[in-house]
Amino acid sequence: MKVRRVAGTGVPLRGDDIDTDQIIPARFLKTTTWEGLDEYAFYDARRDDEGELNDHPFNEYRGANLLVVNDNFGCGSSREHAPRALARWGVEAIVGESFAEIFADNCKSLGIPAATTDAETVTELQDFIEENPKAGIELDVVDETVTYDGTTVDVDIPEAMRGALVQGIWDTVALLRSNMDAVDTTAADLPYVDSR
Amino acid sequence: MSEGTLYDKVWDRHKVADLPNGQDQLFIGLHLIHEVTSPQPFSELRERGIEVPYPERNVATVDHIVPTRPEGRERPLADESAEGMLTALERNTSETGIQFYGLDSEKQGITHVVAPELGLTQPGMTVVCGDSHTATHGAFGAIAFGIGTSQVRDVLASQCIAADKAEVRRIEVDGTLGPGVHSKDLILKIIAELGVDGGVGYVYEYGGEAVRDLSMEERLAVCNMSIEGGARAGYINPDETTYEFLRGREFAPEGGAFEERKAYWESVASDADAEYDDVVHLDADGLEPMVTWGTNPGQAVGVSDPVPAPADLPEGEREAARTAQDHTGVTPGEPMAGYDIDVAFLGTCTNGRASDFREAAAVLEGREVHDEVRALAVPGSQTVKSTLEAEGVDDVFRAAGFDWREAGCSMCLAMNDDSLEGDERCASSSNRNYVGRQGSKDGRTVLMSPAMVAAAAVKGEVTDVRDMEVGA
Repeated sequence: MKVRRVAGTGVPLRGDDIDTDQIIPARFLKTTTWEGLDEYAFYDARRDDEGELNDHPFNEYRGANLLVVNDNFGCGSSREHAPRALARWGVEAIVGESFAEIFADNCKSLGIPAATTDAETVTELQDFIEENPKAGIELDVVDETVTYDGTTVDVDIPEAMRGALVQGIWDTVALLRSNMDAVDTTAADLPYVDSR
Repeated sequence: MSEGTLYDKVWDRHKVADLPNGQDQLFIGLHLIHEVTSPQPFSELRERGIEVPYPERNVATVDHIVPTRPEGRERPLADESAEGMLTALERNTSETGIQFYGLDSEKQGITHVVAPELGLTQPGMTVVCGDSHTATHGAFGAIAFGIGTSQVRDVLASQCIAADKAEVRRIEVDGTLGPGVHSKDLILKIIAELGVDGGVGYVYEYGGEAVRDLSMEERLAVCNMSIEGGARAGYINPDETTYEFLRGREFAPEGGAFEERKAYWESVASDADAEYDDVVHLDADGLEPMVTWGTNPGQAVGVSDPVPAPADLPEGEREAARTAQDHTGVTPGEPMAGYDIDVAFLGTCTNGRASDFREAAAVLEGREVHDEVRALAVPGSQTVKSTLEAEGVDDVFRAAGFDWREAGCSMCLAMNDDSLEGDERCASSSNRNYVGRQGSKDGRTVLMSPAMVAAAAVKGEVTDVRDMEVGA
């Protein structure tokens, strides 16, 4: 499947260095499938001391699909459960100041564009969504822009991610396996690998 | 771009092809597998009828979810989800012919502790695992990094991943670490200086006098936390310390083969005139034991330095500092030394090696854990545990009042029975102090070296280990 544009409404999530333990706490990783992870997205942050749902954006903006975050989002643990939980909750694209690398790679594996822009643009977008929660927002992956309220701003999507999304080749298994002869040649040339 | 570095050389040797999306296809020399990030990939391979092409280049163990109480390890495990994950890994490895060190193995333990001690990790390799602390293995002069679950699937299916080459930053550390100051302090200092996202887009090459002087165990701790500085990988060029560590290990080559392999290891080390994308200088002289005051690993100070006032920090860090200090309950201007702790935790892939426990034992010798402190010692592997027991180090821990456990990740991330309760403050040898990391959303983690954890356990508060008479 090709991902050329994602249109919908936004969910603003403020804060730098939000790590994957916060996105999905470790105790919810004890599963052998990906089922039901949406329940656990920001599980601890979404509840007050009595366990009742609070005003966390993931409670307030249900139905939104474009997540807008700040700096170094998704740092910490490599767990792919984090973007999977976001995706099952409904996130189809993320715009932020910057992303931790493994998190961005995981997004690519799932076909979720993770676009970056400067702090000011992110804050303006978050402010706009808070004031206009139902307003339409569109991320154009091909042109690397975000459009909202008649305004179009430039964003960056790493070339490898953009290429994979636009060409629909983020499921890399077939791609990598199509080169198995070359894999064997490379392996045979490594002093520590016994030939297959 | 960098040229002539170990990273460049190892990358080139392992590059299989250019991919149409602009990435490189990279051959993986060693894939480490654990129970948390592997069930879904194995299921997908089974559904798609794909066989693992290089099973012998994959090794599995169980670490995150295992109980660490000896009596809790009977099968089936009391926790049904944990039992399900363990059963899945047993089946998946046995069906694909992948070596598995399970709970019944004397070699079971944390992937990043087990692979080095078996000699599986060697210089000039590419090493991946579905765990961000795979950076650990860079201590051998390997390119080692954490991957996501879809990439675990890719490796099982092709022994390759699609990857982008990073830039290389050389971190040159001059000087000498003083008594009571360890490599954990050095890496916490590096992260505090460069920031938790300072390494994004980079691989860190650690070098200089202070790094050269480190033992392999200490190097593993430094590289382990590269990811906490945002660098996906970190490495140290192989040298005699590396080769001596490897000699005689189960999976290391023997005799003449060892010398032949050594020629390859030496050939991939960074050239004297290698070019780097960035170079940073630090001085180890005068470095204090480091402790974290906040909720990310970069929020750290020397133990006697004042906790910074948010207003004194760069503008972009102020709000995060205020939120963090609100959570950890510390007062700007005061040093971290003196804050009460409730829990002392020794172990993990960062500091769960035999040398870490020996350093802590030197502090604990003849002393007792404070009345109000719950203290856990969790060896990183069963090999670490049996080694320490043979030396009698476990007796020092038991006599001091530590709970002496079986190998596992324990309360580093609390996917097992070990966890912080309420707002307990924990002196921890682990790698992360994010909110909720140790299993309680109000829990407070203070990262420090193993020797500092031992000192805190005895005093019941954060303490400069250098103020205690050690190793008498």
